[in-house]
Amino acid sequence: MARVIVNVMLKPEILDPQGRAVLGALGRLGLQGVEDVRQGKQFVLTIDGDLTQEKLDQINHIAETLLSNPVIEDFTVQVDQ
Amino acid sequence: MSVRVGVVTFPGSLDNQDASRAVTLAGAEVVSLWHGDANLHNVDAVVLPGGFSYGDYLRCGAIARFAPVMEKIVDAAREGMPVLGICNGFQILCESHLLPGALTRNDHLHFICRDQKLRIENNTTPWTIDYGKNEEIIVPLKNGEGSFIADEYTLDEIEANGQVIARYLDGNPNGSRREIAGVCNEAGNVVGLMPHPEHAIEALTGPTTDGLKFFTSVLSSLLAGNRVNA
Repeated sequence: MARVIVNVMLKPEILDPQGRAVLGALGRLGLQGVEDVRQGKQFVLTIDGDLTQEKLDQINHIAETLLSNPVIEDFTVQVDQ
Repeated sequence: MSVRVGVVTFPGSLDNQDASRAVTLAGAEVVSLWHGDANLHNVDAVVLPGGFSYGDYLRCGAIARFAPVMEKIVDAAREGMPVLGICNGFQILCESHLLPGALTRNDHLHFICRDQKLRIENNTTPWTIDYGKNEEIIVPLKNGEGSFIADEYTLDEIEANGQVIARYLDGNPNGSRREIAGVCNEAGNVVGLMPHPEHAIEALTGPTTDGLKFFTSVLSSLLAGNRVNA
Protein backbone atom coordinates (compact mmCIF):
# COMPACT_ATOMS: atom_id res chain seq x y z
CA MET A 1 0.00 0.00 0.00
CA ALA A 2 1.42 3.37 -1.01
CA ARG A 3 0.17 6.89 -0.63
CA VAL A 4 0.62 9.55 -3.23
CA ILE A 5 0.24 13.15 -2.15
CA VAL A 6 -0.67 15.81 -4.68
CA ASN A 7 -0.27 19.40 -3.52
CA VAL A 8 -1.91 22.14 -5.54
CA MET A 9 -1.10 25.82 -5.02
CA LEU A 10 -2.17 28.97 -6.83
CA LYS A 11 0.68 30.31 -8.93
CA PRO A 12 2.65 33.01 -7.07
CA GLU A 13 1.38 35.78 -9.35
CA ILE A 14 -2.30 34.90 -8.81
CA LEU A 15 -4.01 36.87 -6.04
CA ASP A 16 -5.22 34.58 -3.23
CA PRO A 17 -8.08 36.40 -1.48
CA GLN A 18 -8.70 33.43 0.85
CA GLY A 19 -5.08 33.43 1.98
CA ARG A 20 -5.32 37.17 2.49
CA ALA A 21 -8.43 36.73 4.68
CA VAL A 22 -6.57 34.13 6.79
CA LEU A 23 -3.63 36.51 7.10
CA GLY A 24 -6.00 39.15 8.45
CA ALA A 25 -7.33 36.69 11.05
CA LEU A 26 -3.81 35.77 12.20
CA GLY A 27 -3.14 39.35 13.18
CA ARG A 28 -6.40 39.54 15.12
CA LEU A 29 -5.45 36.31 16.96
CA GLY A 30 -2.19 37.81 18.08
CA LEU A 31 0.23 36.08 15.70
CA GLN A 32 2.46 38.89 14.53
CA GLY A 33 5.19 38.90 11.91
CA VAL A 34 3.49 36.73 9.28
CA GLU A 35 4.21 38.30 5.94
CA ASP A 36 1.95 36.24 3.68
CA VAL A 37 -0.48 33.30 3.69
CA ARG A 38 -1.24 31.20 0.62
CA GLN A 39 -4.02 28.62 0.73
CA GLY A 40 -3.76 25.44 -1.34
CA LYS A 41 -5.24 21.98 -1.64
CA GLN A 42 -3.84 18.57 -0.75
CA PHE A 43 -5.07 15.30 -2.26
CA VAL A 44 -4.00 12.05 -0.61
CA LEU A 45 -4.38 9.07 -2.93
CA THR A 46 -4.21 5.67 -1.24
CA ILE A 47 -3.06 3.13 -3.80
CA ASP A 48 -4.25 -0.45 -3.77
CA GLY A 49 -1.29 -2.74 -4.61
CA ASP A 50 2.03 -1.72 -6.04
CA LEU A 51 2.69 1.77 -7.22
CA THR A 52 4.09 1.19 -10.69
CA GLN A 53 5.72 3.85 -12.82
CA GLU A 54 2.74 3.56 -15.17
CA LYS A 55 0.33 4.36 -12.34
CA LEU A 56 2.50 7.24 -11.21
CA ASP A 57 2.48 8.62 -14.74
CA GLN A 58 -1.32 8.37 -14.76
CA ILE A 59 -1.49 10.22 -11.45
CA ASN A 60 0.75 12.95 -12.83
CA HIS A 61 -1.57 13.30 -15.80
CA ILE A 62 -4.64 13.51 -13.55
CA ALA A 63 -2.88 16.06 -11.34
CA GLU A 64 -2.31 18.22 -14.39
CA THR A 65 -5.76 17.89 -15.94
CA LEU A 66 -8.30 17.38 -13.14
CA LEU A 67 -6.71 18.16 -9.76
CA SER A 68 -5.14 21.43 -10.91
CA ASN A 69 -5.82 24.04 -13.55
CA PRO A 70 -2.47 24.90 -15.16
CA VAL A 71 -3.75 28.38 -16.04
CA ILE A 72 -3.77 29.41 -12.38
CA GLU A 73 -2.19 26.60 -10.33
CA ASP A 74 1.03 24.62 -9.87
CA PHE A 75 1.17 21.11 -8.43
CA THR A 76 3.64 18.66 -6.96
CA VAL A 77 3.32 14.86 -6.74
CA GLN A 78 5.03 13.15 -3.85
CA VAL A 79 5.14 9.42 -3.01
CA ASP A 80 4.74 8.56 0.66
CA GLN A 81 5.62 4.84 1.02
CA MET B 1 -36.43 25.27 -40.87
CA SER B 2 -35.94 25.85 -37.19
CA VAL B 3 -32.76 26.48 -35.28
CA ARG B 4 -32.11 23.86 -32.62
CA VAL B 5 -30.30 25.17 -29.54
CA GLY B 6 -29.15 22.68 -26.92
CA VAL B 7 -29.28 23.67 -23.24
CA VAL B 8 -27.19 21.41 -21.04
CA THR B 9 -28.24 20.29 -17.57
CA PHE B 10 -25.48 19.13 -15.22
CA PRO B 11 -26.16 17.96 -11.67
CA GLY B 12 -26.31 21.32 -9.90
CA SER B 13 -27.26 23.47 -12.91
CA LEU B 14 -29.73 26.17 -11.86
CA ASP B 15 -30.38 28.41 -14.83
CA ASN B 16 -31.17 25.80 -17.47
CA GLN B 17 -34.90 26.67 -17.32
CA ASP B 18 -34.27 30.40 -17.75
CA ALA B 19 -31.80 29.73 -20.55
CA SER B 20 -34.36 27.48 -22.25
CA ARG B 21 -37.01 30.16 -21.92
CA ALA B 22 -34.67 32.72 -23.45
CA VAL B 23 -33.96 30.41 -26.38
CA THR B 24 -37.69 29.88 -26.92
CA LEU B 25 -38.49 33.60 -26.68
CA ALA B 26 -35.79 34.30 -29.23
CA GLY B 27 -37.63 31.96 -31.60
CA ALA B 28 -35.48 28.83 -31.58
CA GLU B 29 -36.29 25.27 -30.64
CA VAL B 30 -34.85 24.15 -27.30
CA VAL B 31 -33.20 20.74 -27.08
CA SER B 32 -32.50 19.64 -23.51
CA LEU B 33 -29.12 17.96 -23.25
CA TRP B 34 -28.15 15.84 -20.25
CA HIS B 35 -24.61 15.80 -18.86
CA GLY B 36 -24.29 12.04 -19.26
CA ASP B 37 -25.43 12.09 -22.87
CA ALA B 38 -22.66 11.52 -25.40
CA ASN B 39 -24.87 12.78 -28.22
CA LEU B 40 -25.71 16.34 -29.19
CA HIS B 41 -29.00 15.38 -30.93
CA ASN B 42 -28.25 17.39 -34.05
CA VAL B 43 -28.25 20.80 -32.37
CA ASP B 44 -26.97 23.89 -34.17
CA ALA B 45 -25.70 25.66 -31.05
CA VAL B 46 -25.32 24.98 -27.32
CA VAL B 47 -25.84 27.02 -24.14
CA LEU B 48 -24.06 26.00 -20.93
CA PRO B 49 -26.17 27.57 -18.19
CA GLY B 50 -25.26 28.90 -14.77
CA GLY B 51 -25.42 27.11 -11.47
CA PHE B 52 -23.08 24.94 -9.43
CA SER B 53 -22.32 21.90 -11.57
CA TYR B 54 -21.15 18.98 -9.44
CA GLY B 55 -21.44 21.26 -6.41
CA ASP B 56 -18.51 23.37 -7.68
CA TYR B 57 -16.32 20.79 -5.95
CA LEU B 58 -12.58 20.89 -6.71
CA ARG B 59 -12.86 24.06 -8.84
CA CYS B 60 -15.91 25.57 -10.53
CA GLY B 61 -16.43 23.68 -13.79
CA ALA B 62 -13.51 21.30 -13.24
CA ILE B 63 -15.59 18.14 -13.02
CA ALA B 64 -18.22 19.19 -15.57
CA ARG B 65 -15.44 19.53 -18.12
CA PHE B 66 -15.11 15.76 -18.15
CA ALA B 67 -18.85 14.99 -18.52
CA PRO B 68 -19.63 12.88 -21.61
CA VAL B 69 -21.70 15.68 -23.18
CA MET B 70 -18.77 18.10 -22.80
CA GLU B 71 -16.45 15.91 -24.83
CA LYS B 72 -18.91 16.17 -27.73
CA ILE B 73 -19.35 19.91 -27.20
CA VAL B 74 -15.58 20.51 -27.17
CA ASP B 75 -15.23 18.66 -30.49
CA ALA B 76 -18.19 20.52 -32.05
CA ALA B 77 -16.91 23.89 -30.75
CA ARG B 78 -13.53 23.27 -32.35
CA GLU B 79 -15.38 22.68 -35.63
CA GLY B 80 -17.16 26.02 -35.31
CA MET B 81 -20.47 25.31 -33.56
CA PRO B 82 -21.62 28.35 -31.54
CA VAL B 83 -21.34 27.70 -27.79
CA LEU B 84 -22.38 30.17 -25.08
CA GLY B 85 -21.31 29.67 -21.46
CA ILE B 86 -23.00 31.79 -18.83
CA CYS B 87 -21.50 32.07 -15.32
CA ASN B 88 -20.84 28.42 -14.39
CA GLY B 89 -20.96 27.70 -18.13
CA PHE B 90 -18.17 30.27 -18.61
CA GLN B 91 -16.16 28.53 -15.88
CA ILE B 92 -16.67 25.18 -17.62
CA LEU B 93 -15.47 26.62 -20.96
CA CYS B 94 -12.32 27.99 -19.32
CA GLU B 95 -11.68 24.67 -17.57
CA SER B 96 -12.14 22.96 -20.96
CA HIS B 97 -9.51 25.36 -22.37
CA LEU B 98 -11.95 26.42 -25.09
CA LEU B 99 -11.61 29.93 -23.67
CA PRO B 100 -8.51 31.66 -22.32
CA GLY B 101 -8.01 32.48 -18.65
CA ALA B 102 -9.75 31.25 -15.53
CA LEU B 103 -12.39 32.40 -13.06
CA THR B 104 -11.31 32.67 -9.43
CA ARG B 105 -12.80 33.78 -6.12
CA ASN B 106 -14.13 37.35 -6.12
CA ASP B 107 -11.39 39.56 -4.70
CA HIS B 108 -13.66 40.72 -1.86
CA LEU B 109 -14.69 37.08 -1.10
CA HIS B 110 -18.41 37.91 -1.07
CA PHE B 111 -21.08 36.42 -3.27
CA ILE B 112 -22.41 39.26 -5.36
CA CYS B 113 -25.90 39.64 -6.80
CA ARG B 114 -26.86 42.85 -8.55
CA ASP B 115 -27.90 44.40 -11.83
CA GLN B 116 -24.71 45.11 -13.75
CA LYS B 117 -23.98 47.53 -16.54
CA LEU B 118 -21.83 46.12 -19.35
CA ARG B 119 -20.44 47.29 -22.66
CA ILE B 120 -20.63 44.86 -25.59
CA GLU B 121 -17.26 45.43 -27.23
CA ASN B 122 -17.28 42.70 -29.85
CA ASN B 123 -20.54 42.48 -31.80
CA THR B 124 -19.19 40.17 -34.49
CA THR B 125 -19.59 36.83 -32.66
CA PRO B 126 -22.61 34.60 -33.34
CA TRP B 127 -23.86 35.44 -29.83
CA THR B 128 -23.52 39.24 -30.08
CA ILE B 129 -24.23 40.30 -33.68
CA ASP B 130 -27.65 41.75 -32.83
CA TYR B 131 -25.98 44.28 -30.49
CA GLY B 132 -24.60 47.61 -31.63
CA LYS B 133 -20.86 48.17 -31.32
CA ASN B 134 -20.15 49.27 -27.73
CA GLU B 135 -23.85 49.00 -26.84
CA GLU B 136 -24.38 49.35 -23.10
CA ILE B 137 -26.68 46.86 -21.42
CA ILE B 138 -27.85 46.00 -17.90
CA VAL B 139 -28.25 42.34 -16.88
CA PRO B 140 -28.03 40.53 -13.52
CA LEU B 141 -24.67 39.40 -12.18
CA LYS B 142 -24.56 36.75 -9.44
CA ASN B 143 -21.48 34.78 -8.52
CA GLY B 144 -18.90 34.04 -5.87
CA GLU B 145 -16.08 33.07 -8.21
CA GLY B 146 -16.29 35.50 -11.09
CA SER B 147 -12.90 37.16 -11.07
CA PHE B 148 -11.46 36.73 -14.56
CA ILE B 149 -7.73 36.01 -14.40
CA ALA B 150 -5.11 35.52 -17.08
CA ASP B 151 -1.43 36.40 -17.36
CA GLU B 152 -0.48 39.76 -18.86
CA TYR B 153 0.64 38.21 -22.12
CA THR B 154 -2.71 36.46 -22.59
CA LEU B 155 -4.60 39.61 -21.62
CA ASP B 156 -2.70 41.67 -24.20
CA GLU B 157 -3.29 39.00 -26.80
CA ILE B 158 -7.06 38.70 -26.26
CA GLU B 159 -7.42 42.50 -26.21
CA ALA B 160 -5.49 42.76 -29.50
CA ASN B 161 -7.59 40.00 -31.08
CA GLY B 162 -10.86 41.63 -30.02
CA GLN B 163 -11.68 38.62 -27.84
CA VAL B 164 -13.05 40.75 -25.00
CA ILE B 165 -16.76 40.65 -25.81
CA ALA B 166 -18.07 42.44 -22.71
CA ARG B 167 -16.57 44.67 -20.04
CA TYR B 168 -17.95 45.81 -16.68
CA LEU B 169 -18.93 49.46 -16.43
CA ASP B 170 -19.38 51.64 -13.33
CA GLY B 171 -16.94 49.71 -11.15
CA ASN B 172 -15.30 46.32 -11.11
CA PRO B 173 -17.62 43.94 -9.22
CA ASN B 174 -15.18 41.10 -8.52
CA GLY B 175 -11.58 42.00 -9.29
CA SER B 176 -11.63 40.76 -12.88
CA ARG B 177 -8.50 41.75 -14.76
CA ARG B 178 -9.12 44.81 -16.96
CA GLU B 179 -12.84 44.73 -16.02
CA ILE B 180 -13.38 41.77 -18.37
CA ALA B 181 -16.90 40.34 -18.07
CA GLY B 182 -16.85 38.02 -21.10
CA VAL B 183 -14.49 36.67 -23.74
CA CYS B 184 -14.61 34.60 -26.90
CA ASN B 185 -12.18 32.18 -28.52
CA GLU B 186 -10.06 33.24 -31.46
CA ALA B 187 -12.63 32.00 -33.98
CA GLY B 188 -15.40 33.84 -32.09
CA ASN B 189 -17.89 30.95 -32.00
CA VAL B 190 -17.29 30.15 -28.31
CA VAL B 191 -18.40 32.93 -25.95
CA GLY B 192 -18.38 32.99 -22.16
CA LEU B 193 -19.56 35.66 -19.75
CA MET B 194 -20.18 35.87 -16.00
CA PRO B 195 -23.33 38.08 -16.07
CA HIS B 196 -26.67 36.49 -16.91
CA PRO B 197 -28.38 37.67 -20.13
CA GLU B 198 -31.00 34.91 -19.73
CA HIS B 199 -32.34 36.68 -16.62
CA ALA B 200 -32.96 39.89 -18.57
CA ILE B 201 -35.34 38.87 -21.33
CA GLU B 202 -38.77 39.93 -20.01
CA ALA B 203 -39.92 43.15 -18.34
CA LEU B 204 -41.88 41.20 -15.70
CA THR B 205 -38.87 39.46 -14.19
CA GLY B 206 -35.73 41.16 -15.42
CA PRO B 207 -34.21 44.60 -14.84
CA THR B 208 -34.29 45.06 -18.64
CA THR B 209 -34.78 42.95 -21.73
CA ASP B 210 -31.22 43.66 -22.82
CA GLY B 211 -30.11 40.04 -22.56
CA LEU B 212 -32.43 38.66 -25.22
CA LYS B 213 -30.14 39.72 -28.06
CA PHE B 214 -27.58 37.07 -27.07
CA PHE B 215 -30.19 34.50 -28.03
CA THR B 216 -31.60 36.26 -31.09
CA SER B 217 -28.02 36.80 -32.28
CA VAL B 218 -27.34 33.11 -32.60
CA LEU B 219 -30.49 32.71 -34.67
CA SER B 220 -29.56 35.61 -36.95
CA SER B 221 -26.06 34.25 -37.28
CA LEU B 222 -27.05 30.66 -38.01
CA LEU B 223 -29.79 31.59 -40.44
CA ALA B 224 -27.54 34.07 -42.28
CA GLY B 225 -24.67 31.61 -42.44
CA ASN B 226 -26.93 28.74 -43.41
CA ARG B 227 -25.28 26.59 -40.78
CA VAL B 228 -28.53 25.07 -39.62
CA ASN B 229 -29.03 21.35 -39.85
CA ALA B 230 -32.12 20.81 -41.99
